[in-house]
Amino acid sequence: MSREGLVYPKELRYSKEHEWAKVEGRRVRVGITKFAADRLSDVVYVELPQVGAEVSFMQPFGVVESVKAVSDLYAPVSGKVVDVNRTLAEKPEVINVDPYGDAWMIVIEPRNLSELDRLLDATAYAAFVGEGTS
Amino acid sequence: MDETLRRTPLYAAHLAAGARMVPFAGWEMPVQYSSILDEHRAVRTRAGLFDVSHMGEVDLIGRGALDLAQRLVTNDVARLAHGQALYTPMCTPEGGIIDDLLVYRMADAHFMVVINAANTAEDLAWIRAHAGPDVRVTDRTDEVALLAFQGPRAQEVLQRLTPVPLASIKYYWFRADVPVTGRTTMVSRTGYTGEDGFEIYAPVRDAVHLWDAILEEGRAQGVLPAGLGARDTLRLEAGFLLHGNDMDKTVTPLEAGLAWTVKFAKGEFIGAEALRQQKAEGIPRRLVGFTLEGRAIARHGFPIHQNHATVGQVTSGTFGPTVEESIGLGFVPPRLADPGEQVAIEIRTRDIPGVVTKLPFYTREPKRAG
Repeated sequence: MSREGLVYPKELRYSKEHEWAKVEGRRVRVGITKFAADRLSDVVYVELPQVGAEVSFMQPFGVVESVKAVSDLYAPVSGKVVDVNRTLAEKPEVINVDPYGDAWMIVIEPRNLSELDRLLDATAYAAFVGEGTS
Repeated sequence: MDETLRRTPLYAAHLAAGARMVPFAGWEMPVQYSSILDEHRAVRTRAGLFDVSHMGEVDLIGRGALDLAQRLVTNDVARLAHGQALYTPMCTPEGGIIDDLLVYRMADAHFMVVINAANTAEDLAWIRAHAGPDVRVTDRTDEVALLAFQGPRAQEVLQRLTPVPLASIKYYWFRADVPVTGRTTMVSRTGYTGEDGFEIYAPVRDAVHLWDAILEEGRAQGVLPAGLGARDTLRLEAGFLLHGNDMDKTVTPLEAGLAWTVKFAKGEFIGAEALRQQKAEGIPRRLVGFTLEGRAIARHGFPIHQNHATVGQVTSGTFGPTVEESIGLGFVPPRLADPGEQVAIEIRTRDIPGVVTKLPFYTREPKRAG
């Protein structure tokens, strides 16, 4: 199995701001990639929107903060926030441990699923972050 | 990475240990190995080993060494016995802090001053500009490696590597003749973490040997190499200031809460007049600690508010891994400097409530007798 298959799951789409998007029926689950989590390292704080908030394609929807740095979170698709991972408020370190699983951040009901076509697939994302075939 | 960055003798050892290297004060330094939080906790509960060889070491030797040291710094160097060290600011004539340093008294007419990497060139020029012909000023930064071994298990681990009884070295004392695995080092009981521990000065050629030996000896007890990231969270919890962040030439020791290092009675020193005047006229602002609601981090430069008016500025902030709170340092007017005063920090356009807090945020438990 290729390394990028483990680090960047094939079934996800990726933004150049290092969010992943996972289509679940008519909804899209969102988090940040392992690359982003490793780069940030030691996440200590996450600021997420409320359920019901509207988010826009590649506009900030929240903030993730590590000991070293703060980064905006960008919505990989426009729509309404229908679920928020509240456990991250108390346990933000999960982002460093399980970025594609327990550390999902929000679920969006998208207005326009075709926006996802503008994101990268796993191979393209791996190349983008310099972890391609080299 | 920038090719002009300097590397310590432990550069290869850091890479081998998986360190993430960053430019810091002109040096390529390890910011973390595994995780800042893990390294922080290792130092608080076991011990951590830091490479701080980027710090500068300068010898003042000669008949005029004591007078020079006394003139340059605000603390009273004359009170030092052989084998004793002190912490002190070094000020401009206006009372601004050029740097904060450690001064070690090696002999009657021999002091070693340890200076911040970012200020080494400027400090050296300043020191040399004030030295007369009766003092020799020597920059030894390139010959000297410095390891900080910090944490509650540091003494017990280091003791297994040396015949010198380390318990005999008290806080802010040192010995210059300590063989560690057979290599001669100078060991002081000093540090920047709020834990018990040592700083180990050694010839550059012995740095890798000592680094490996200490980590190997401590492995079974969970000793970890620790980087600049943990060094910053540890020092901030312990209430130690960082020159360039919390103070600089625009800040006086009186404003920075370092009045205890300003010894007016010792005789004239550079900055004394300005500091005396400031003390008489009143200190315009004070550096204080604060804690914040929630986990967002107050970063350097963020405004401090009271009733939505800006009253000061954050100089350092982090999430304290041991105190498990968002903590920081910043300047406020004297009327807001007492513990318990309510302030707010503007973080990304929102006012986050905070409270002025007595420093340090973290104090280690005293060692149990026996």
